[in-house]
Amino acid sequence: MDKPILEVKELKTHFLTDNGSVPAVDGIDFHLNDGEVLGIVGESGSGKSVTSLSIMQLVGQPGKIVDGEILFDGEDLVKASEKRMRQVRGGKIGMIFQEPMTSLNPVYKIGNQLVEALRIHKKMSKDAARKRAIEIMKLVGLPRAEDLMNDYPHQLSGGMRQRVMIAMAMICEPKILIADEPTTALDVTIQAQILDLMKKLNHELNTSIIMITHDLGVVSEVCDRIAVMYAGRIVEEGETKSLLRNPQHPYTKGLVESIPDVRYKKERLYSIPGNVPTPGSVKKGCPFAARCAFAFDKCSEDSPILIDLGDNHRVRCLLHEEENGAELLQTSMK
Amino acid sequence: MPETLLEVEGLKKHFPIRSGLLQKQTGSVKAVDDVSFTLNKGETLGLVGESGCGKSTTGRMLMRLLEPTEGKIIFDGKDLTKISKSEMRKARKDIQMVFQDPFASLNPRHTVERIIEEPLIVHGLGNKQERKKRVKELLDIVGLSSYHAGRYPHQFSGGQRQRIGIARALAVNPKLIIADEPVSALDVSIQSQVLNLLDDLQKEFDLTYLFVAHDLGVVRHISDRVAVMYLGKIVEISDGDQLYEQPKHPYTQALLSAVPVADPDYKKERIILGGDVPSASNPPKGCPFHTRCPMAMSICKEVVPNLQEVEQGHLTACHLYGESK
Repeated sequence: MDKPILEVKELKTHFLTDNGSVPAVDGIDFHLNDGEVLGIVGESGSGKSVTSLSIMQLVGQPGKIVDGEILFDGEDLVKASEKRMRQVRGGKIGMIFQEPMTSLNPVYKIGNQLVEALRIHKKMSKDAARKRAIEIMKLVGLPRAEDLMNDYPHQLSGGMRQRVMIAMAMICEPKILIADEPTTALDVTIQAQILDLMKKLNHELNTSIIMITHDLGVVSEVCDRIAVMYAGRIVEEGETKSLLRNPQHPYTKGLVESIPDVRYKKERLYSIPGNVPTPGSVKKGCPFAARCAFAFDKCSEDSPILIDLGDNHRVRCLLHEEENGAELLQTSMK
Repeated sequence: MPETLLEVEGLKKHFPIRSGLLQKQTGSVKAVDDVSFTLNKGETLGLVGESGCGKSTTGRMLMRLLEPTEGKIIFDGKDLTKISKSEMRKARKDIQMVFQDPFASLNPRHTVERIIEEPLIVHGLGNKQERKKRVKELLDIVGLSSYHAGRYPHQFSGGQRQRIGIARALAVNPKLIIADEPVSALDVSIQSQVLNLLDDLQKEFDLTYLFVAHDLGVVRHISDRVAVMYLGKIVEISDGDQLYEQPKHPYTQALLSAVPVADPDYKKERIILGGDVPSASNPPKGCPFHTRCPMAMSICKEVVPNLQEVEQGHLTACHLYGESK
């Protein structure tokens, strides 16, 4: 049986604004097994980034984790002290962000930024840290590693900056790497290089990865399992293959069908009507009901619970409580 | 026989690099370097490529938002590079543009009505009442409601703003619409709404599109023909299905193989290109792609390949296909 290295239980992160509390993340449960790549997929405003920031305890004001547990190797990070979190961040859990230029400090040399983590977390000497930094730069495929140590971030291309970010996140050999849209700002050929690198890190160093993205294609390439988020909740969760082959939530199904395919031309794209609701605006029933092609009277009344379909596949949809719900879902959408 | 609406010939844009006290020109960035293509009435030409390949610069030059360094832009029989600025302003009635960022391309201080009405005012079309009526009509066409007219851009979501941008472009009944990454800032579920809208509008108003984008899936969906750009040059141009199913140029092949597909059962040979796109201020000698090309030969380092027909209507600039047909 796979052992989970990270377990998130009933996590709620709300933003306490003047207009009341906005539930950006509204009660999510998931786990990450040792050595696994988990994809968290969702559109803007679904709460996927807030989830990753919550794990790192980096949610800024006015955001606050109001409920839930985040168990890392059995330790609850929600209750951890700031001092302990500093050891965890970068040391045990590494994180990379979408835009490498804004996450690197423009006035420090690449080398200085890389060794900083080693000096703090591993109390290494300058020379040892430098040697290790060059090693990790080579591992992530950066050419001329020795010279690059003395370069500033603006001297590198987007793809190289993202490699530096990954090197920084990986330098203390964290158990978990959280990647928040790591390839969204990159061109497709560079994206292929970075995804390849992430798979390599996962295989060779057995790093567990949480990949946060809006791109189902990226998820399909690298992830073992997927959790789909909508309006602050996980609406569907399962192994990549079964989830993409046979999506069980109308939202996931709609997403899959609305992507234009490079392999063939679809006559017409499916499109989900309307917009993603602002967090907290749906008070009653299923937050997707207003856009759902399969919605029935119950959907605007009851809040759906996560239903286990077996084979690690779970879905939050009232249709699956109905007798012929699953078959109904198979009928194609207009 | 398809009617040609736009013919671009040898279009170039070189941005000067100046340095030193006297700001002497010390080099140039060859953003677009000898691009030629034709666009037939009612068709959609997709222009794809990675950042910095010159696809947006090409689009902007067609509107003369950027002055071309060299080349001809023949639109409806008239060379747009030869006419004066005031004549160009009139010509823009027939060529309109939809921009990438629906947040930056709408004036935040104007109501939606004022935004959509502006091109009508500029081109002196209709009186106040007629314009008001036209705005309502346009809002309806792009799937918004007439009560939206009095609102401001910040009150809309990204997808709705892009609809406003499209309504503005349609206001003057243009013949050609240049869409520069119109859906790349939108979420997947909203993206498909806007793509479907563009499809419908094309059929309804017999529009011609030049669709500039980096997303290969989106381009395949919307385009009849596709041109692939690399470092300021078109490396391959062909009918869309032909280009996606039988790409000739090694760059097109690599580009297509790099696209992640949301299908776990799809297995493909992925070509991973090494390195980055070279700088356009100092492009490699010979074929611009030879530094990253897995199939580069010695000739590629010396001679720039010409765009030539390898199959009916399928042109590519690559030495692999010989200099003669």
